[in-house]
Amino acid sequence: MSDINMAGAGSAKKSIKIDLRKYMMVMALVIIWIVFTVLTRGSYFTPRNLTNLFRQAVFTAILATGMFPVIVLGQIDLTVGSIAALAGGLVGMLTTWMGLPFWFAVAIALIAGMAVGIWNGFWVAYRGVPAFIATLSSMLVFRAVLLGMTDGITISPMPEILKGLGAGFLSPVFGYVLAVLACVVMLFIQWNGRSKKIKMNLPTSSLIIEIIKTILTVGLLFGFMYMMASYKGIPVALMIILILFVIFQYVFSSTVFGRRIYAIGGNANACQLAGINIKASTMIVFAMNGVVAAIAGIFLSSRLNSASSAAASGAELDAIAACVIGGISMLGGIGTISGVMIGALVIQSIQNGMSLLDTPSFWQNIVKGLVLLVAVWFDISRKNK
Amino acid sequence: MGTILEARNITKIFPGVRALDNINFSLGEGEIHAICGENGAGKSTLNKVLCGVYPHTDYEGDLLIDGEVSKFKHIADAERKGIAIIHQELSLFNLLSVTENLFVGHEINNGGILDKNAMAKEAYKWIDWLNLEGVLPSMLVGDLGVGKQQLIEIARAIRLTGVRILILDEPTASLTEKETELLHGILMKLRDEGTSIIYVSHKLDDVMELCDKVTVFRDGESVGSADIKDITQDELVGMMVGREISEMYPVMGELPGDEVIFEMKNFNVRERMTHKQVVKDVSLSIRKGEIFGLYGLVGAGRTELISTAYGSDRYIGDGQVFWKGKPLKVKSPVDSLKAGIAYSTEDRKVYGIIPTMSVQKNTTIQFIKSFVNFLSIDKNLEVTRTEEMVDNLGIKTATIETKIVNLSGGNQQKVLLARNLISDIELLILDEPTRGIDVGAKQEIYTIMRELVKSGVTILMISSELPEILGMSDNVGVMHRGRLTCVLDNRAENLTQEMIMEKAAGI
Ligand SMILES: Nc1ncnc2c1ncn2[C@@H]1O[C@H](COP(=O)(O)OP(=O)(O)OP(=O)(O)O)[C@@H](O)[C@H]1O
Ligand SMILES: [Mg+2]
Repeated sequence: MSDINMAGAGSAKKSIKIDLRKYMMVMALVIIWIVFTVLTRGSYFTPRNLTNLFRQAVFTAILATGMFPVIVLGQIDLTVGSIAALAGGLVGMLTTWMGLPFWFAVAIALIAGMAVGIWNGFWVAYRGVPAFIATLSSMLVFRAVLLGMTDGITISPMPEILKGLGAGFLSPVFGYVLAVLACVVMLFIQWNGRSKKIKMNLPTSSLIIEIIKTILTVGLLFGFMYMMASYKGIPVALMIILILFVIFQYVFSSTVFGRRIYAIGGNANACQLAGINIKASTMIVFAMNGVVAAIAGIFLSSRLNSASSAAASGAELDAIAACVIGGISMLGGIGTISGVMIGALVIQSIQNGMSLLDTPSFWQNIVKGLVLLVAVWFDISRKNK
Repeated sequence: MGTILEARNITKIFPGVRALDNINFSLGEGEIHAICGENGAGKSTLNKVLCGVYPHTDYEGDLLIDGEVSKFKHIADAERKGIAIIHQELSLFNLLSVTENLFVGHEINNGGILDKNAMAKEAYKWIDWLNLEGVLPSMLVGDLGVGKQQLIEIARAIRLTGVRILILDEPTASLTEKETELLHGILMKLRDEGTSIIYVSHKLDDVMELCDKVTVFRDGESVGSADIKDITQDELVGMMVGREISEMYPVMGELPGDEVIFEMKNFNVRERMTHKQVVKDVSLSIRKGEIFGLYGLVGAGRTELISTAYGSDRYIGDGQVFWKGKPLKVKSPVDSLKAGIAYSTEDRKVYGIIPTMSVQKNTTIQFIKSFVNFLSIDKNLEVTRTEEMVDNLGIKTATIETKIVNLSGGNQQKVLLARNLISDIELLILDEPTRGIDVGAKQEIYTIMRELVKSGVTILMISSELPEILGMSDNVGVMHRGRLTCVLDNRAENLTQEMIMEKAAGI
């Protein structure tokens, strides 16, 4: 009996610990928002600016989403900025220059992204080239390929249809409908999980805590929708990242593939013996990252309404920074996608606030760099305790 | 003899576990003092307290050295007091040379410039002192066998000048008998020079032979201390487990039939880096329902042979595998696992545990596909199955969500066993299954092995422990320098340890 009690106490403590970590990051975000709101005398925390902030964060967030499994594997991918530029450029060339249909151009761009990812994966997984080197090489090569194809000319404008992707809004009504739907799905999942656990006689967390949590989440969701609605509605951009988030969250918390990626990052030697195909998994992760980077590139070109061979340069570093700030260990094996989202949001919140204050752009990089450092230091010192 | 070190009322709590509960312990000057106890009893935890891994703020109680209360903040504080430790898990740098490993952190230098010649000279001296035949200071530590690595680790610890207290946490777990003897000689020499030694071990023979005193831990509490000369080994076991262990090895079941289930033909294995041939033309067949013991000295090529046949890419090898009479193409462990063959490693730190993951995820990772329901992993099923395994194998852990690195060494070993047993397999390869495991748990594992065999599983056990080989195997294969020298029938013949030793030594 005492054993059982002990186990219960242990698991409760543990879940509190994990939550604490996430809350810390959310807290940091809230503090950043408060600071900028004060500094800008309120113009930071307006529906208009927040809508912009979220829209701007989407690009980095998409890239970071693709980067996340790569880092969890214990690898790195420096190519994503180049892939994004290449994808945007391809769409621009195929549509604006050659007049081909929009969907065809997008398909080609995605395939190109995947191809670059497979190329990277091949060298890393099957030829044993360190990821840093292999992807550094691709970063140079594929941006140069784009430059060669476009001759350095900026392609503009992008097709009408595409503009909606980056700049469009969904009506507030749609937003509310979506929110209600999300709530229903969330409640169903929670209720279903709970009743299954009860059926199998497994311990469940206390009902009251779960209800409070749910109420908080629902409140936050509707608050967010209200804020968006009081400007122009839900940015289409947010829908892209939402869909990616849901997919990645599911894959990396509930599927065999996701579990194995975490395991490989934790100890690849052990995984080989446990019958996990490490090479194939690595290949898939790099290919996936290529596709996601291409999505980010198409999105960026639509937001800027242009594509150039210089687009998204340095974006890979933002993506890596978002992951690291979001608590992904560079040693592999640890991290969550929701952390990555918050990481991307932190970066964009700082950037947005500083531009609002008209801070020279070099300052933005100084602050970003320091935040990265502090975030990792905080993580490490907490772990050593 | 005075007391050099005393621990008073030490309590150390981890989330959900009282690892040490009001422990008192004292170490006399110039004695070798054994600490014994079951897996998870708190032995390693006490050692970490004594050598400053856990700073004084992390536990309750006092640490007295020479009668003075000492408060360590870092390992360096303990080193300054003359305390050195060799941890349960080796902590050498595989990609550095023997010399570099010996001197890491305490390099001989002239104003910051390394004096490589002086270090090499010192290194030669130590290699001599340790009797390490064939080892050169410039060799990479990763290329040496575990036994030699262990001795180098010891040299590194005692090389620090002024070591007065040396702590060894299961130093002989992976040593051959010869190496163990060597080590014991060195320890006695040190004792006679006045060093006090704490010696943690599950090998009670070693304890009885080497040590002067013993203190026994059980579940974080000290059960008592005794002079070795006043106590028998059975009494010691009784103190450890709190019950009597009557039969270490459960009686053998039915004779296995004649059907060969697994066969290896003409296996040659080379090391990946050096291309040294470590297995030479070995053929071996295993019958359904038997326990086949594979014995040999460390370095005989057992792990190399078997893990290559299983599909590990650690070595380069060729040869044929036949499974139930049909050729089995093994390109990777995936193929073996699919056929129903599982392998449990001897090196749990490097090839076993996934340190970032919980006990639960470590248990289920290998057969995770069998938990899939539609697309998702059925986490509830995962929890119930893991709880079952934890109960069956008696794994001591606060919860199944505890990270595996927070378990004691022996319990980590059991989790790795659980990883293979969670699905139905037909051939289980166990590479040193009881390394670092306490007597009680050892007996449990033997019982589990017998039960597995009864339920139709075949077991191939690699072991360096002769009593275990003799107590468990139906047939014994002996390897020497990469060759299979003989297969002996343990049921029909009256095998003795000496007979097997002779074959293993190549006589
Ligand atoms: N860092 C940690 N976090 C949580 N629990 C821990 C941690 N370290 C040890 N424990 C727990 O403390 C207990 C004592 O562990 P310890 O490693 O001291 O055992 P041990 O006697 O050395 O066992 P073994 O013979 O298996 O090595 C175990 O139950 C273990 O799970
Ligand atoms: Mg231990």
